[in-house]
Amino acid sequence: MAEFIATPFGTFVIILLQAIAMIAFVMMSLIFLVYGDRKIWAAVQMRRGPNVVGPWGLLQTFADAGKYVLKEIVVPAGADKFVFFLAPVMSMVLAILAWAAVPMAEGWVLADINVGILFIFAVSSLEVYGVIMGGWASNSKYPFLGSLRSAAQMISYEVSLGLIIIGVIISTGSMNMSDIVRAQDGSFGLLNWYWLPHFPMLVLFFISALAETNRPPFDLPEAESELVAGFMVEYSSTPYLLFMAGEYIAIWLMCALISLLFFGGWLSPIPGLPDGVLWMFLKMVFWFFMFGMVKAITPRYRYDQLMRIGWKMFLPMSLGWVVIVAFLAKFEVFGAFWARFAIGG
Amino acid sequence: MMVFSFYLFATLVVVSGIMVVLARNPVHSVLWLILTFSSAAGLFILLGAEFVAMILVVVYVGAIAVLFLFVVMMLDVDFTALKGEMAKYMPLAGLIALVILVQLGLAIGNWQIAPQAGDLRAAVTPEGIDNTRALGLILYDQYLYLFEASSLVLLVAMIGAIMLTMRHRTDVKRQDAMAQMQRDPDVQLKLVDVKPGQGL
Repeated sequence: MAEFIATPFGTFVIILLQAIAMIAFVMMSLIFLVYGDRKIWAAVQMRRGPNVVGPWGLLQTFADAGKYVLKEIVVPAGADKFVFFLAPVMSMVLAILAWAAVPMAEGWVLADINVGILFIFAVSSLEVYGVIMGGWASNSKYPFLGSLRSAAQMISYEVSLGLIIIGVIISTGSMNMSDIVRAQDGSFGLLNWYWLPHFPMLVLFFISALAETNRPPFDLPEAESELVAGFMVEYSSTPYLLFMAGEYIAIWLMCALISLLFFGGWLSPIPGLPDGVLWMFLKMVFWFFMFGMVKAITPRYRYDQLMRIGWKMFLPMSLGWVVIVAFLAKFEVFGAFWARFAIGG
Repeated sequence: MMVFSFYLFATLVVVSGIMVVLARNPVHSVLWLILTFSSAAGLFILLGAEFVAMILVVVYVGAIAVLFLFVVMMLDVDFTALKGEMAKYMPLAGLIALVILVQLGLAIGNWQIAPQAGDLRAAVTPEGIDNTRALGLILYDQYLYLFEASSLVLLVAMIGAIMLTMRHRTDVKRQDAMAQMQRDPDVQLKLVDVKPGQGL
């Protein structure tokens, strides 16, 4: 067996199996995330939510997915057929691609690359193409308006997300995702994690993540009261399913990113308890719960207000924080509270 | 494997670069351009310059190409008219292209390539230091003043562009978010109890 792994073909097989395992994890969690999202939403509004298919409605998502796949694919007249079908595939594939650099536990990562966080950021910045291409290729007014809004929104909030990430990179001295988590290891458990030194940025990151993934209160691309369903109006059947899946996978990725960057990834919150993949999973689920709660309790933002807080509040604040953190790390204030290079490398 | 990946990305860069020019629809041109950028990022990774590759994707594909798409999607250009115009200038354009081709041929024919040049280009990073750190040391330590000067040039260009396009129109109604947020509900709202069948 060891000899087989050493051969190039063996390495290829191992990489392939690891990738399949990661995709299986993402897809399985996706199915229950959609269910969980609907249940949280229903509970806040004192409804029951999905409760018919399977025990407690657990199989509802399977039924929905099957329904989508079996429906007829409608292509609008005058649509650019190739781009029309490329858009949903791209949004799904790119959403999954970013998971290659996400570590789930010590050493549990597909590609432990030096520029891991940059890779995730780059791939998630490409997700805007699915939206733009879908809206344009539909050859219809509402999708086009929706996609323009959405593209402007996603680009605006990417800027502040990038600057917030730079603060974390300065503290760690490395762009490797595993190094960022290792730098948060310490004898005080959860007090060592970056949420404490980078607290203002945690709040900004969470809000920017909501806007970046088009979640309420920033779900302007598909604001049903104004734009029917935004860039997805003309989509039906499996292409629509791919868009929805891509969106939820992007949200799940943002949950993983918040857990890794600010909440110590797989590290245990209480010193003495063993670290492991379970902590990482629990943190991700907690942050998804926060995403669901925000969706349930906030009304939608107006578009000009969304742009205003993106460019006039978040951008200056995160830029200022980068400068502040650079000084705090350089002069090792508070016993190198903001500078953990020694561990990170 | 490296050789295979190199030829894959190199072919993709060339083919999609040609398609940028040949595509009839400008939006397709921009999409081909995106493929060109991504393949170029792949070539950078093969060279060991992973930081530059990722920045290329973030900046060019994630931001600049999106702006191109924005502009191109909203253009309503009549391409048959453009094509007719183009045919008129074809002989002159062909002549210019021929001259440039000959000049390039002369220049490249005289180019002496040192035997070590290939190795130098392949070894992007020095030993024992990662890519990002090496770039940072060069840009922010060794050539700090030049780097800052070039950023100032960009800043001037940015301010110039804003100055040229910004005008304050007085006849447009604007929304002032601060004023809107500071409105007092007790003063602005009036609760009216409307009796059924009576109206206000």
